[in-house]
Amino acid sequence: MRLLNIKNLKFLHCGPVNLQVKATEITGLSGASGSGKSLFLRTLADLEAHEGDIVLDDLNQQSIPAHQWRQKVALLSAETSWWFDTVAEHFEVLSEKNLAALGFTKDCMQWSIARLSSGEKQRLGLLRLLQNEPEVLLLDEPTANLDKHNTQLFEEFVMQYLEEKSASAIWVGHDHEQLKRLSVNSYVMADGGMVNVD
Amino acid sequence: MEEWLMLIELSAFDLALAAILVLLLGVLSASMKLGITRQLYIAAARTTVQLLLVGLVLKSLFASTSMAFILIIAIIMISVAGWEILSRQKRKLKGWWGFGVSTGSLFVSSFLITLLCLFTIIQADPWYSPQYAIPLLGMLLGNTMTGIALGMDRLLQNAWQQRPVIEQRLMLGQTADESIADIKREAMRAGMIPIINSMAAAGLVSLPGMMTGQILAGAAPVEAVKYQILIMFMITAGTGLGVISVLWLISKRLFDERERLCFKRLLK
Repeated sequence: MRLLNIKNLKFLHCGPVNLQVKATEITGLSGASGSGKSLFLRTLADLEAHEGDIVLDDLNQQSIPAHQWRQKVALLSAETSWWFDTVAEHFEVLSEKNLAALGFTKDCMQWSIARLSSGEKQRLGLLRLLQNEPEVLLLDEPTANLDKHNTQLFEEFVMQYLEEKSASAIWVGHDHEQLKRLSVNSYVMADGGMVNVD
Repeated sequence: MEEWLMLIELSAFDLALAAILVLLLGVLSASMKLGITRQLYIAAARTTVQLLLVGLVLKSLFASTSMAFILIIAIIMISVAGWEILSRQKRKLKGWWGFGVSTGSLFVSSFLITLLCLFTIIQADPWYSPQYAIPLLGMLLGNTMTGIALGMDRLLQNAWQQRPVIEQRLMLGQTADESIADIKREAMRAGMIPIINSMAAAGLVSLPGMMTGQILAGAAPVEAVKYQILIMFMITAGTGLGVISVLWLISKRLFDERERLCFKRLLK
């Protein structure tokens, strides 16, 4: 049974946070802007200085090089960045099945980055991230720019990925209905701590 | 001496004429709000004063035979060049790192190469003979500092502007080195363009000053050309080494031990 175990985590002015995320489960996280949700996800990906332990199964975050950790515990930020001219250049492995599941055809690989909408960037950003086959997904408002149809595709796709890889996810969002629908546990971040709202 | 070799003396008026051109450039730049005027005037004033002063002492400098004295001069030259590199930067590393990186890279790129050249190629006796050591070091420093300043500026500016891209690449599990590789390549190119231009244009577009001076002063043209080629290669190797060491040191400094981008190590 795969488990992400967060023990006494302190970062910036937040914490201590204790949290366990089990395989195939989604943990929901909401809270006011500036409450530290994104910072929390960045900390889990070891992009921010912190104290306390973050352990995936028996693997402590600090025991492997940071880039290897980030391949396992992968962060999809609210705004994705793209540095080449076309979509295809950002992909090494391409699954047409995954593309189709998120409503794309193979043609999208030839698209130039400049013409991508923010919603397309979010969906393609997820596919790009999944090339590493991460074991934990940290999703920062991943459907904020998606319409209803694409939001549904996105949700189903993530659920299916977690099932297939027995991976887990932390989903940050503002839509309480959505978090309720998706997550096993739901938390609100406030005053530097996390409160269970189930 | 043949007539064309006679030095035509420049009058104060001649110099004033050239100075007016620089002055006009400053006015033009100010009126177009291009913001380089102050720097331009200061540099022009400095070049006048510094060259006058060094012109006065150069003869006695070249007559000196004390190794310690020559070394002190060399250290002063390197420190000043390091300081100038730093002054050209829009973003700098905090504390002694900025000066340390630029001066350290000049040491590798200019001082060591000059030593190598003095010992193995020129073999003057003694090796620190000032009429070889000082101009050689000077030419190397003058040229490599341009390359290093450009490479450093490009690296820090681009890293600053492309912060989201660097962090995105880290999120995708790339190493710190991989995440900044493209920016480093850009910076290397920026640093090397001036010397590559000089080499490509030498003889066809530009007549390098040292060679021309030697020939005008009566040296055999082939000998002067050989010296010039030697200098060009030294400058190229020096610039390359200098830019590479700067890029290496700075990009190490931009990340912490957990491969996180550390902009708090830059001056605001």
